[in-house]
Amino acid sequence: MSSASLVSSDRLRWRRISRAASFRSLTALSACLVGLVLVLIILFLALYAWPAVQLNGAGFLTQNNWNLGNLYGNPVTVHGQTILPGAQYGILFLIAGTLLSTAIALLIAVPFGVASAMFLSEGVPPPMRPWISFFVELLAAIPSVVYGLWGYVVVIPFLGHYVFPFVVRWLGFIPFLGGPSGSGYGLFTAGFVLSLMIVPLITATLRDALVEQPRELREGAMALGATRFEALWTVLLPAVRRVLTGATILATGRALGETMAVLMVSGNALNYLPGNIYTPISTMASFIVSQLDSALQDPTGMAVRSLAEVALVLCLISIVVNALARVLLYYQGHQVQRAF
Amino acid sequence: MASGILELREVSAYAIGRRRRFFDRLGWTVSALAFLLLGGAMVWILAIILLSGFGSLTPEVLTHVTEGTGGGLLNAIEGTLVLALGGVLLAVPPGLACGIYLAEFDYGRLAPAIRFLIDVLVGVPSIVIGYFGYVTMVAMLGWEFSAAAGCVALAIISLPYISRTTEMALRGVPRGLREAAYALGANDRQVVMGISVPAALSSILTGVLLALAISVGETAPLLYTAGWSSYLWNGHLIKEPIGYLTYVIWAFITEPFESAHRLAYAAALFVTLFVLVISVLSRLLLDRSASRFRRG
Repeated sequence: MSSASLVSSDRLRWRRISRAASFRSLTALSACLVGLVLVLIILFLALYAWPAVQLNGAGFLTQNNWNLGNLYGNPVTVHGQTILPGAQYGILFLIAGTLLSTAIALLIAVPFGVASAMFLSEGVPPPMRPWISFFVELLAAIPSVVYGLWGYVVVIPFLGHYVFPFVVRWLGFIPFLGGPSGSGYGLFTAGFVLSLMIVPLITATLRDALVEQPRELREGAMALGATRFEALWTVLLPAVRRVLTGATILATGRALGETMAVLMVSGNALNYLPGNIYTPISTMASFIVSQLDSALQDPTGMAVRSLAEVALVLCLISIVVNALARVLLYYQGHQVQRAF
Repeated sequence: MASGILELREVSAYAIGRRRRFFDRLGWTVSALAFLLLGGAMVWILAIILLSGFGSLTPEVLTHVTEGTGGGLLNAIEGTLVLALGGVLLAVPPGLACGIYLAEFDYGRLAPAIRFLIDVLVGVPSIVIGYFGYVTMVAMLGWEFSAAAGCVALAIISLPYISRTTEMALRGVPRGLREAAYALGANDRQVVMGISVPAALSSILTGVLLALAISVGETAPLLYTAGWSSYLWNGHLIKEPIGYLTYVIWAFITEPFESAHRLAYAAALFVTLFVLVISVLSRLLLDRSASRFRRG
């Protein structure tokens, strides 16, 4: 009797354990699946782009000659790959356009982001703070293509008709600011629109970090005679340096991969290295969108595979950038946890 | 002599004071100005979208499909709903399960590794995910431009957001609730599904809403997975392109026709309003769930 009840309770326990374990392993499996997505993206892009990687070699990154070749010619074999006669794929101008537009965006966004985060964390009356912060977060939610629309309709005519001619006339002696001011499409316009898209990210992250700093930091600084701004500038801001670095890198990642807004305002130049800030450019992300239609005309498929290589390079760059930011922010979180 | 020292001190203190006061005022002015410029630009964007958008609204926009560069947006509105809802629905089960694993069973080395992969996945440009979708689904699987390919691309974009917000939401549930449930003999599944998830439901919903807002606003991942169609969706999952609002914004604003511009503005209005409404809604949800455990 007692042994029978023991057996049944054992069985019951076993059933419970197995059911619990199966639930746990089901969630573990899903988690692995989600983690695997990134691996799959890299794997399939690499697989698809592999013939292009073999054909293009290192010149892909260092040469400036994206050329689909003669679309009506008979395909020829180069490096064991079938391509159109004259086809070459070098994306130096894309790398230049991507890095320069991102650099301009950061030059504008970081100072503005830091200053507005300071204002939001200390300068706004406390009852208004959640609302204004919410407003900033809303801006991060506005889709890229809407920024692109605004850039196309408002920024391009404004910069092209009023600002650029003025800058050329009065500041043209500064390198990269002189020369023909162009139509408004181009490097600076792309960087400017990008900067508006990444400022909310920097501001929101930094504001949260400033607000979360221990009270003692500010109290200590003010007890030593600092004004509120001095406490903010000399004590609180240095304390969130690492968060600022992390947020800036995250913002860099976003700017590097931003597609639609850049596509609509950058002028989509081909094989052209920018000579001044008004020059039309392309970025890797926008180039993929603007070129896939014509790449599909290539009967050998090498153009589409080379675009996959562009996507692969962009993906790897963004992974490095984001991993860097996460490691930085992770250590920051670690420090905070240890401090309490 | 004593008064001389005092005077000297006062003078130097006064000089420092003036410099410091100047620095103080300058700092506040600069930061306030920066914020005002930023806020001004943002209000400008919203004003352009709202004014031009409402100015372009006609009954036809909601009742007709796109014809050339004119007509209405019925097909695009329908397509956006199909794609965004489909993508988010695809992403919810694995995303939820992943978030549960990361929050509830966070031991060993698997969870940090997956968390890292997810955080990096958030940063992968959406066009890369779109091209991945093109390579795998459109080209390799032969689905062509289709609703299914678009939904999967949006699901990939939604996954990390849903996973991470679910994890954060579950971490906000007090430990004591779980311990009490375990002490009463509940197993993992019962604790998670019966206690943790219901307690964190509104925060989890916030993540799902966020993913929905992002999906509605995405363009790049859809251009080469969903394609574009000016007809209503016929219910086919593959081999049938489908329209969506963000395509109209991008493609129609550069057309030289007034009718095309009106459609682009109207589409931008719908997308922006939708995103803003969802953001406000999810904020309200979050506030409610935050107040829930405040006394605990």
